[in-house]
Amino acid sequence: MKLIAWAIALAAAGLTPAAAAQTPQAAQPIKEVTGPAAATAPAERAQGQSLEAANAPAPSTAPANPTATKPTATNFAYSLPAKNIGVPIRGGTGIQEQVTEVGRTAASFHNNWLLILCFVISAFVLALLGYTMVRFRRGANPTPSRTSHNTALEVVWTLLPVLILVAIAVPSFRLLRTQYTPPPADLTVKVTGNQWFWVYSYPDNGGFEVVSNLLKEQKDVKPGDRFRTDADGPPMLAVDERMVIPAGKVVKFLVTSNDVIHAFWVPAFYSKIDANPGSVNEIWAKVDRPGVYFGQCTELCGARHGYMPIAVEVVPPEKFAEWIASKGGTMPGQKPAATPAAAPAGATPAPTPAVAQPATNQAATAQN
Amino acid sequence: MATTADTLPLKSHEAHDAHHDADHKPAFFTRWFMSTNHKDIGTLYLIFAIVAGIIGGGISGIMRAELMHPGIQILNQAWPLGAGTANFDEWTHHWNVLITAHGLIMVFFMVMPAMIGGFGNWFVPLMIGAPDMAFPRMNNISFWLLIPAFLLLLGSTFVSGGTGLGAGTGWTVYAPLSTSGSAGPAVDMAIFSLHLAGASSILGAINFITTIFNMRAPGMTLHKMPLFVWSILVTVFLLLLALPVLAGAITMLLTDRNFGTSFFDASGGGNPVLYQHLFWFFGHPEVYIMILPGFGMISQVVATFSRKPVFGYLGMAYAMVAIGVVGFVVWAHHMFTVGLTMEVKMYFTAATMIIAVPTGVKIFSWIATMWGGSISFETPMLWAIGFIFLFTVGGVTGVVLANGGVDNYMHDTYYVVAHFHYVLSLGAVFAIFAGFYYWFPKMSGRMYNELLGKLHFFIMFIGVNMVFFPQHFLGLDGMPRRIPDYTPAFEKWNEVSTYGYMVTIAGMAIFFVNLVYSLLAGPKAPDNPWGEGATTLEWTLSSPPPFHQFSTLPTIK
Repeated sequence: MKLIAWAIALAAAGLTPAAAAQTPQAAQPIKEVTGPAAATAPAERAQGQSLEAANAPAPSTAPANPTATKPTATNFAYSLPAKNIGVPIRGGTGIQEQVTEVGRTAASFHNNWLLILCFVISAFVLALLGYTMVRFRRGANPTPSRTSHNTALEVVWTLLPVLILVAIAVPSFRLLRTQYTPPPADLTVKVTGNQWFWVYSYPDNGGFEVVSNLLKEQKDVKPGDRFRTDADGPPMLAVDERMVIPAGKVVKFLVTSNDVIHAFWVPAFYSKIDANPGSVNEIWAKVDRPGVYFGQCTELCGARHGYMPIAVEVVPPEKFAEWIASKGGTMPGQKPAATPAAAPAGATPAPTPAVAQPATNQAATAQN
Repeated sequence: MATTADTLPLKSHEAHDAHHDADHKPAFFTRWFMSTNHKDIGTLYLIFAIVAGIIGGGISGIMRAELMHPGIQILNQAWPLGAGTANFDEWTHHWNVLITAHGLIMVFFMVMPAMIGGFGNWFVPLMIGAPDMAFPRMNNISFWLLIPAFLLLLGSTFVSGGTGLGAGTGWTVYAPLSTSGSAGPAVDMAIFSLHLAGASSILGAINFITTIFNMRAPGMTLHKMPLFVWSILVTVFLLLLALPVLAGAITMLLTDRNFGTSFFDASGGGNPVLYQHLFWFFGHPEVYIMILPGFGMISQVVATFSRKPVFGYLGMAYAMVAIGVVGFVVWAHHMFTVGLTMEVKMYFTAATMIIAVPTGVKIFSWIATMWGGSISFETPMLWAIGFIFLFTVGGVTGVVLANGGVDNYMHDTYYVVAHFHYVLSLGAVFAIFAGFYYWFPKMSGRMYNELLGKLHFFIMFIGVNMVFFPQHFLGLDGMPRRIPDYTPAFEKWNEVSTYGYMVTIAGMAIFFVNLVYSLLAGPKAPDNPWGEGATTLEWTLSSPPPFHQFSTLPTIK
């Protein structure tokens, strides 16, 4: 059986360039067998590979950074992921710890109000059922009453839920209003979903692109290829190239797709948004502490829907400028290759007014 | 046509012995393949639903086995869909085929045929004192359209769906994954399957509406109809209004796929989100279509075993009407993350929460029906009580999800999976079992085994809660839906969930043992095995009822 499978795989690899073109992505989480789609695929779109991988990505749409494909990235020291923040917790039972103000508001609305209501209402119904079952069992109550209505009671159990729902709706609407009134953005990142990887581009910083692919396990890669280590993150979540954004800054994500619908979600930032082909959705986050935060595509997008994770590294602003430089990008208002001295010193993510950002952001939006 | 005579109930030649069980049954083929008898067609629907349920439930088993541990363990095995392919993309595509098939089968070929086609056909005419459905031949074609529909869906798994065999689009068939994203005929076959199933349901809906409005026995006013009939009436109106929208949407998918239109293709001026609006304009009423007949059955069962009339009859009936009406204006709560504006999300948040009010009325009215009653705990009552509690749990998580701002987190995670299985797998399915045990003596003429029935209930109650309660945790911890593999942190609750499936299967095995045993060797059922609480008309007939009943219409006082 194994042999036959191998034969099929080899035949497919040798004979069907069309099949390869369908799945031109290099970093595949293939177990046992290297798929026919492997590295020789002619990339039609800008393709996702780790920078260390042998194949040069196809030219990106950003003309400003022809050098971004060379291993300058290795100069930047990526952070180690935390054990309990930004990742699912083994056997966890609740919403992941939130690292944005809005996320904390939403999570606390859920944990401290909705969840309690769920328990109270369920327990109330269960208690009523239990009491009724015992008190009015045939043995205890052989003659049933003939009561078939009680207007006062019916009015009460119609109006009381209405009051409870109003008590939910008011904070719920307040939460929506908060989510939908972003402060002026300090940075815009364009997020593009592809089958099956993410592309992050930085229009404020020269428009370079970061192509982000799942990192396979060691047993699933060819010798010499990059594989996941614990420094990258947990299995199925670690990526070769993280999105990097500054802490304490308002980041606007413009989310779209190149093919089918995907959805961009980092649980620690709370909200998700669909990546629709042909239109741009907007979502924002102001992450208040550095760290590595993992998420996944959350809209069924084809065969490898489960294999396009998201990893966002949040760094202090000065380190962000360092990362931008390592990618060959520019900080707004700076010449290329300048040192990131303009960033405020001190790692504390104090909210600092951005310089000349609005104009940049508008331009970025218009580009999209 | 001359043969329509057998559908006219008041022919003098059968009036004299209409209550004799053996009267005028056609021969086997004519009886079961050319049936115009609502009870026989109801039986066919029930058999169909059981077969579809076994297939859909088996698919759940494959999925739970795959999800038990991280990694790909099952999809890479030699098995019907993949035949041991070495292509990783085909493995994962087959996962999508499984979730698609599970969803479509359970919705269109298990719950709906069982509730509307099965119990609706069997008991709506009996409960309103009618001799049969209004259009017996249309009733037959409603059923027989389901067979090719089901075969098309099953057959689609043997043809190419793009990446591999079968349609891997999810039961929602979102464009553009279902158009440009899925080459090959599999998705077309699945769409045709939905067309046929939809046509079947629309014909059935017309039949029920006509029957209920025109064929009630003298004195059976709308406000005296049993609540099960009310529930079917509301359900079929939802079907009649919602299904054409689905038919239109999937026809547009079909032309997008094959004839160069671009309704849902942004590059041609279309909009993929439009498909979601159309789908969920059907899809949300559809979830009430699946649960409303269950509400009706639970009302009958609770009243019967409490030996009390239903509490707040009018409130119960109009709560279902309200749920049906409001159910049409809440669809976009399935789309909270597509990029709706704040105002739209606020509206759909508010509208969705309003549905909790009539639902609460129903829950409290069921408990009030039991209150003061003389409750006995036969198997149907256990299922009904289980339904009331579990539906409440599914309902409160529904209120959580109704909040557009909160749902941004839970949307498309296992939290949603847990929620809708609590209202469907533990709600609708519990209602189906309540109805099945309740009416089994009437339909078969034999009593089921009470001990096995109770065992089935308790084991399955534990099992399904084990399957689905931990999925709330998985969702909150961040596990997306529809993925075949996951990061090891999700392993614990997935494992518990899979063990729960094993328990559930054990419960189902008991059900089938009970079913076969009771059909073959169950004691003869009396006309009314449930005593004074069972007041609806079907209990005035023999068990099983005569082939043609109510040749002389009963009069309701």
